[in-house]
Amino acid sequence: MSDFLSLFSLPFMQRALVAALLTGLAAPAIGTFLVQRRLALLGDGIGHVAVTGVAIGLLTGASPTWTAVVVAVLGAVLIEVIRERGHTNGDVALALLFYGGLAGGVLITGLAGQGAARLQEYLFGSLTSISAGDVWFTLGLTVVLLLTTLGLLPQLFAVSSDPDFARVAGLRVRAYNLLVAVLAAVTVTVAMRTVGLLLVSALMVVPVATSQQLARSFRTTLTGAMVVGVVAALGGLLLSAALSFRATVAPGPTIVLLALAMFASTWPIGVWLRRRRRLLAPFPSVVDETHTVTDEHPHAHGQDCGHRAVPHADHVDYVHDGHRHAVHGEHYDEH
Amino acid sequence: MPVSPEAASPVEVRQGSVAIGGRPILRGIDLTVAPGEFLALMGANGSGKSTLVRAITGLLPLASGSLRLFGTPYADFRDWHRVGFVPQRSTASSGVPSTVWEVVASGRITRRRLFRPLSGQDRKAIADAIDVVGLADRAQHGISQLSGGQQQRALIARALAGEPDLLVLDEPTAGVDLANQHALADALGVLKSRGATIVLVAHELGPMEPLIDRAIVMRDGRVAHSGPAVLGDDGHHHHTVAGTHDHVPHVGSPLDELGGGR
Repeated sequence: MSDFLSLFSLPFMQRALVAALLTGLAAPAIGTFLVQRRLALLGDGIGHVAVTGVAIGLLTGASPTWTAVVVAVLGAVLIEVIRERGHTNGDVALALLFYGGLAGGVLITGLAGQGAARLQEYLFGSLTSISAGDVWFTLGLTVVLLLTTLGLLPQLFAVSSDPDFARVAGLRVRAYNLLVAVLAAVTVTVAMRTVGLLLVSALMVVPVATSQQLARSFRTTLTGAMVVGVVAALGGLLLSAALSFRATVAPGPTIVLLALAMFASTWPIGVWLRRRRRLLAPFPSVVDETHTVTDEHPHAHGQDCGHRAVPHADHVDYVHDGHRHAVHGEHYDEH
Repeated sequence: MPVSPEAASPVEVRQGSVAIGGRPILRGIDLTVAPGEFLALMGANGSGKSTLVRAITGLLPLASGSLRLFGTPYADFRDWHRVGFVPQRSTASSGVPSTVWEVVASGRITRRRLFRPLSGQDRKAIADAIDVVGLADRAQHGISQLSGGQQQRALIARALAGEPDLLVLDEPTAGVDLANQHALADALGVLKSRGATIVLVAHELGPMEPLIDRAIVMRDGRVAHSGPAVLGDDGHHHHTVAGTHDHVPHVGSPLDELGGGR
């Protein structure tokens, strides 16, 4: 245990914790808008394209982080343009980009004379090898990202929930869509060192899916997703550190699996909540003049009588065995 | 918002034509909507009424002719807060849950500045819009929990939240039951009494009929009839005489969706 606590005094561990925290905040924030626009896999596509960016960095000797940012942003803009113009076969074009990016990345890394091990740092993350400069870079990008997404929340919400309406409201829909794509690309590069390019999308989408199980509004979904993201990122890092005394446990996959575990545990709760909400939704108040009295009914309905009471106009109906019984004087009506 | 009587006409189309994918759909449209007028656009499927609405709101460009909104040529028009648009309902739900209040509040976007929180006045306008369509007790419900008619009313509230002078509705009554059509007509009645101009696309007027000042019947991309809403048995409405050409060719319909919707 003291071994585990002493990890916190190690500089590389402190840097890793800060980077994980920032990634956990940023990725779900932009991910919520991607899920809202039904583009959950956009982050994955950008991640694949960014592999080429990293490889170009390795080949030219420039910082792979910066080349990844540039290539990821270009890729995101290209994907957005294809999506807007491509109509029905947009997903095929996306797939072409995914594989082009990945294959190009692996090929160029080979040309650069770098082994697969070097590329793997970026593909699956290498939280514990982050430099102080990387942490500042991550911090800067995260601040920009959070300020933009949260500051422009009303605009981004309008554009991603109903583009036609947003256009007539005078918003530049295309500019906002491009902004979301660029922010997603920035997030991908932020999360590159934490969970890796191939798992980035998980941190953008899984926390949102988890939060959606319990939330009813967009705002709580967004906040909840950021909480889940932070818990998963920090928890995954600590878990992998604690386990690292016994086996080789990479932080990236641990973070993603922890997020998935959180989804798996909230999913049944979400199913139950939605079912309950549906059952307790008030019956529509239809003007129905027929007056059907129940047959002799031995059971007295009331609070906690064991039957579900559902609002119906100005009274409640007690639901059981396919009947809806409403109190009417001394007897019950069939509603 | 009351409109002064001498105000410029909210919508003015002169010799407007709209082409979708290079194929002319609307031709020679002359349309002037007076301030405070309640105008119904009617016609069979494919007659171009939805296309006309999308042209008025700038979602589809005019191939020729001119469009003025509140006296300003479309290219120079910036007062988008004066226009409220209610698209067809299919767009109401999206990937992330949102409440009725949130959807309606997003309509206030036309009057909000960037990076500013909602003001008290904004909140009042949102609450008022939800009230007018009779969804006050549902404000915190998820939009996807509502019935189709209620979702339609929420979309109308969204357009109202920006306090527009001109409200444009694309088939608000499609697939909506009679009770909800009455609720809808009541809401539009309140707006009309406040002096708003309303342009509405409908197949059938139903409970809204007494509110209509003028009806325009579209046929094959042209205005076939413009006058009081005396419809029903004059042959213009809904069921056309067999053998007459009353639709754009069948390819027109998928093209219409391709260019206009998403």
